[in-house]
Parts: sequence; structure tokens; C-alpha cells
Amino acid sequence: MTTATTSTRSAPPRRRKKDDTKLALLFIAPATVGLLAFLVWPLLTGIYYSFTEYTTLTPPQWVGFENYQAMFADPVFWNSLKVTVLYVLINIGVQTVVALVIAVLMQRLTQSTLLRSLVLAPYLVSNVVAAIVFLWILDTQLGIFNIFLQWIGFDPIAFWASETWVIPTVALVNVWRHMGYTALLLFAGLQAIPGHLYEAARTEGAGEITLFRRITLPLLRPILALVLIMTIIGSFQVFDTISVTTQGGPADASRVLQMYIYQNAFAEYQFGYASALSVALLVILMVVTFTQYWLTNAGKSDLD
Amino acid sequence: MSIQRPSTPPTARPGPLSRRRLLQGSAALAAGAAGAGTLASCGGAQAPAGATEIDYWLWDALQLPAYSAAIDLFMEQNPDIFVRVTQLGWDDYWTKLTASFVAEAGPDAFADHLARFPEFVSLGVVAPLDGLGPLDDVPAEQFQEGLQELWTGQDGKRYGIPKDYDTIAILYDKNMLTEAGLTPEDLEGLDWNPEDGGTFEQILARLTVDANGVRGDEDGFDAGEVVCHGMGGSDGIDYVGQTAWSPFAFSTGWTFTDEETWGRRFNYDDERFIATIDWFFGLVDKGFFPPFGKFGESSPKQAQLQAGSSALALDGSWMISTYANMDGLDLGIAPLPSGPIGHPMSMFNGLGDSISAQSEKKEEAARLIAFLASDEAQRVIGERAPFFPATDVGTKAAVDSFAAEGLDVTPFTDRVANGETGLYPLVENSASIMSIMQTAFDQRWMGQIEGADFASFNDRVNALFE
Repeated sequence: MTTATTSTRSAPPRRRKKDDTKLALLFIAPATVGLLAFLVWPLLTGIYYSFTEYTTLTPPQWVGFENYQAMFADPVFWNSLKVTVLYVLINIGVQTVVALVIAVLMQRLTQSTLLRSLVLAPYLVSNVVAAIVFLWILDTQLGIFNIFLQWIGFDPIAFWASETWVIPTVALVNVWRHMGYTALLLFAGLQAIPGHLYEAARTEGAGEITLFRRITLPLLRPILALVLIMTIIGSFQVFDTISVTTQGGPADASRVLQMYIYQNAFAEYQFGYASALSVALLVILMVVTFTQYWLTNAGKSDLD
Repeated sequence: MSIQRPSTPPTARPGPLSRRRLLQGSAALAAGAAGAGTLASCGGAQAPAGATEIDYWLWDALQLPAYSAAIDLFMEQNPDIFVRVTQLGWDDYWTKLTASFVAEAGPDAFADHLARFPEFVSLGVVAPLDGLGPLDDVPAEQFQEGLQELWTGQDGKRYGIPKDYDTIAILYDKNMLTEAGLTPEDLEGLDWNPEDGGTFEQILARLTVDANGVRGDEDGFDAGEVVCHGMGGSDGIDYVGQTAWSPFAFSTGWTFTDEETWGRRFNYDDERFIATIDWFFGLVDKGFFPPFGKFGESSPKQAQLQAGSSALALDGSWMISTYANMDGLDLGIAPLPSGPIGHPMSMFNGLGDSISAQSEKKEEAARLIAFLASDEAQRVIGERAPFFPATDVGTKAAVDSFAAEGLDVTPFTDRVANGETGLYPLVENSASIMSIMQTAFDQRWMGQIEGADFASFNDRVNALFE
């Protein structure tokens, strides 16, 4: 064995280098083709379409910045932006806190793999299924949650049909689905924090709260920042839950940006305008992500 | 608790983007499975050698058995053509149709809706039918008056052959009427006006009951705690208001647009419309009509009647068998109230069969839809149909078959016979109009705006045509 290994290791280095390039290209090729065909090309054509009037059935016509001008003057666009941001704030705010608590509990309280994997269960349910189930649970007339509310003496709430409730409802349904996954990511970050730090702190007489504030939170920061970046991007792209439940209503109360893009494209055949809206979303996400990255210093760890 | 669900699927025939009918969709799926036997006889079989295969699509699971029977008959008489029938739910239908047009892999002939076909004409994906095979021999007079007009483009060419039509009437539970001390005769010959609602509103008041059992026309009635609304409401009311406000607005002499068809100016700022809409949604404050959001998509009007949470409902003829099949509901049908113009008015809408402009088998497809419009096919369809086929023969067959089940559906057909109908708005830009006006109607229902505020929405709609 030892000799065999040695003999491969001592193979002429020059030849190995040449082989590597070819092999590397071969390995990279599928991913590159995928990236070009499914990401770069659609992105470029999408940006191109945003400068055209395009119904998909007739060839696109160049209109310059007309779509963007229309977009800036479109009250529904600005409203959808407002609705989307409100959704992201509630969704991410609640989800991050809940996920952090779950992650810390998982680390400090239990070693059971079963319990830890159970937390992931909601994530195994597809968004659409989760939305339909909650559509029933929160139904004004027949929903079990509203029946419960009546049972403890409250009036039923039209969760899906009230302008006040609809965005918090959608946001919390998605928190339910994603909190386990987010918690798992944070849990992985927690595992990376060396145990001796806790031991040392505890010898100094620090309580659980102090441990969390002084050790867990600062050392978790890079992972937390990364998780936040990922979840915020996902949150801005909310679509399926709303498409299944409210279709943007009542009035415009849940018409998030993605929903508005979809309606423009697939109901009104305005693919040019819908592309312009999508480019706007892309720009927003890029700005948000880079700002976040910069603000949270996500590239560095305090462990070093 | 068990979740109540309509025992038969309501036909999905809402406006193009109306809120998703998920629950109804799942019911339709069940019906689709029930109809699968019939489907298999067409769709599953192999085309005989030498026969030309054509694709025919429709969305309505309730129509599938009737059309399958007629298409079987067609294939018997035309062995050189084999028809593959595909049925898809309402929402998927339009998405898939659009995608298939883009991919140039669409059906040869398909069931079409008025809210969609103007877009298809302007996109150039539906073929003009004049000069196609035997279709020139299908006269407009063969159909109920006005139906062919609905399927005629701005260029005067036909883009669809009418397949059925629908009107609106009042559907109610006889038991609830008796409880309120009323008889079915009390619902005949009602009148309505936008000022005080006429005798129609008095009936609604009588039928409304609050939590203490006090009726809407009695002292001490609490409009905030209603357990049974006089009139049922669906989960969304759109710019057409087909089974909601349109019969009332029409009966004031109001029309949607400046022209009968292909209008370019909407009249949502007309004072007759404003008065109607303020009266209609004013019923919410009186307790006679459910507030916005009280009944979601899980509780459509027929379920409200069944559960006793609403007493009567305005609904379309395509829903008759759905209501009739509700357990514990003793269905009665009454005509709409007559309005300020002296008689009732119903919306008149119909589905049509169109042929794809991309089809390479237009001749064969034309032979199929010409056959579907023939007396022979219409009779076959009418006998099996829970709806009204487009020709006199078909309508008569359907009316007879309803009568055999003990249902008098003449309150629906009388509107057409007496010419008391207003056409479904056949216009361009319907999807954009839909999305603009939905906000207005939602906000009016929630009481955030007044009827007079519709003027600004009307301006936005009219701007689409400039």
C-alpha cells in the first residue's frame, strides 16, 4: 500500500499539471453550461426585454426607457414595493429571532438527533401545500383556528381578507415553514463555537443570558449575517404563498412585487413591463445584499 | 369538525383573474375523475390508422360528459377524424393555453371565454372562422339572439362559434322561505330601485336574521350580529359583477361601455352605476349582505344557503345543478327583480369554440365545431347538460331535462326569450381592467371609498384605450 501511494505521488509533476487542466475543464463544463443556459442567458434576455414591448407571441419591439418611466410613475408598483418591504420586515424579524432561540435551545438543551431533525419538518412541506393548509386553518367560517378563537370568546378574524391581517398572516405562515431550516443553519454555526469558551466563562460565574450575549452572539455573527443575507433574498421573492391564497387582494394589500410581476406578464401579456419590474427587483436585492454584507462585516470572524 | 364542501363542482366561470378557486378546483378534480370514464373513451383510445388527429380542449368538468358524448357521435360519423379531448381546470387552462401558443403546440380547437378572446384576437392566435370548411353554413340565427355577435371581432369576422349561454336568476332554499313566513309566490314580480331597494329589499330584510332571532324588518334588529344574511355573497366581486351587482345596474338602463360590443369608454362614472353600487354595498351596513371577507372561497354562495348563513343568492345558470345537488337544500328558482326600466335584466354571456391560428388541421377542426353547433349535437349535449346549449333545440332539451328533475328553470330562459339581457362586456384590455377595478370594488365593499370615487378608476380604465 505504502509503496503504491508513494509511486503515484512521485509521478512526474509536469504531466499531472497538463492532465489537471483538461480534467478541470471537463468537470466545470456541466456547471458552466448550466450557468450560461439557465442563469446568464435568461438574465441578459430579461434585461433586454425590459427595454421592449413584448407579448411573447409577437416579436419584441424596442421602446428604450419607456417601461422604466412607466414604472416610476406607477402607483401600484410603489405600493407593491411598500407591501413587499413590510412583509420582509415581519417575516425576517420574527423568523430570525425564533430560529435563533430554537438553535440555542437545540444546542444547550438536547443531544437527541430525533428532536433536532424534527425541527426541520415544516421545511419538508412544500410552500404551496403549507399555504393551502393554512388557508383552511385560518378560514373565516370553517377554519379550526377561528373556531378556537370563538371558543375562547373572540370574534373570528378574516386573516386572508383583512387589509391589516393579510401581510402578517402570510409572513407568519412562511416563518412557520422556514424557521426550522434557518435554525439548523444557525445551529451549525453554534457548533463551531469552541466549548471551552463557555466553560471558562461559567467558571467566572456567567449566567446563561450573559453567555448568550457575550459569547454566542458575537461569535455567531458571520453565520448570522450569511443566514440573514440568504433569508432576506428569499423573503423578497415571496410569491407562491400569496398566489395560492389571496392573489394580491384584498384591494392591493398583499400585491407583493413578485405577484405584480407575474400578473403583468402572464395575465396581461406585458412581458416587457414585467421584465422592467424584475430588473428593479434585481437591483433592489443587489443593493440590499451588498449593504448588508458591508454593514455586518460578514467576511470576518471574531474567532481569529 | 368536518369541512363542508359542495357535493358537485361549481363550474369555474369567474372573470379571468378572480381569486383562485382552490377549493372548487379540488372539487372539480373529483368530478374530473368521475368523468374520466367518458374521457378515456375519447382521449385514451388510439386513433384509427389513416385518421387525422385533432386536439380539442375545454376547462369545464361539468361540460365534459356532454361534449364527450357529442364528440363520440362526431367521430362515428367522420371516421377520418380522431378527436383528442383534454380537460383542464380553469386556472391551468389559460396558463397552459398561452404557453402552448408560444410553443406552437396548442390545440386545434378549444373552448373560449369572452374575457380572453379579445386578447387572443389581438395576439393573432385565433383564426377567423369565415370561409373555413362548413362553418359558413352555420347561420347566426341558429343561436339565441345576440350570441354570435359576442363572438364577432372588430373586423366583423367570427372568431368563435357559440356553444352555450348563461343568464342570472335568484336561487333560494324553500325551507328558509317558509321559516320567514314567505311563499315562493312572494318572490315573483319583485321590483327594485337604487333609492330604497323596492320590494326586493323588503324581502331581503325579512330573510335576514340576527343573533337574537330578530328579523331585518323587525324592531331591535342588530345589523352588526347577523347570523343569516338576506342575500349571499361570494369571496370576490369583480369588474363584471356577473352574479352580483350587474343585474341591478343593467335594470337602471346603465351599460358597461359606449358600444354594445368592443366599447372603448367605460361608464363606471355614470350616476346610475354609482347609485346602484352604493345601494348594493350599502346592504352590508344594513346586515342584508355579508361584509367583505366574511365568506372566503371555502364558503361559496351555495354553501351559505346550505348552512343557512344566507337565504337567497343571485347566481348563474351554470350553477343550477350544483345548488340542486346540495344536501338538505330544497332549491327554488325565482326571476330577478324588475328595475327602474320596468323589467328585470340579466347578464347574457356564452362560451364559444375557437380554432387556433397555428393549427394545420383547421378544416377538420372546423368540421368538428360546426358539428357541435348542429341540432343533432346540441340535442345530445342538451340532454346531458347542466347548462344551456347555444341553439333553441339544445336549450329546449336542457330545459326539458331540468323539468324532468323537477326544476323549473324558466326564470333563467325567460330573460333571453323576452330580450331582457345585457351583454357581457366584450372589450380589449380585459385583464388590465380587471386588475384596476378589483381594487375599487374591494375598497367599496370594505367601505373605504364611495361609488363616486369610481370615477378616477374609470379614468384609468379609459386611459388603456387611448
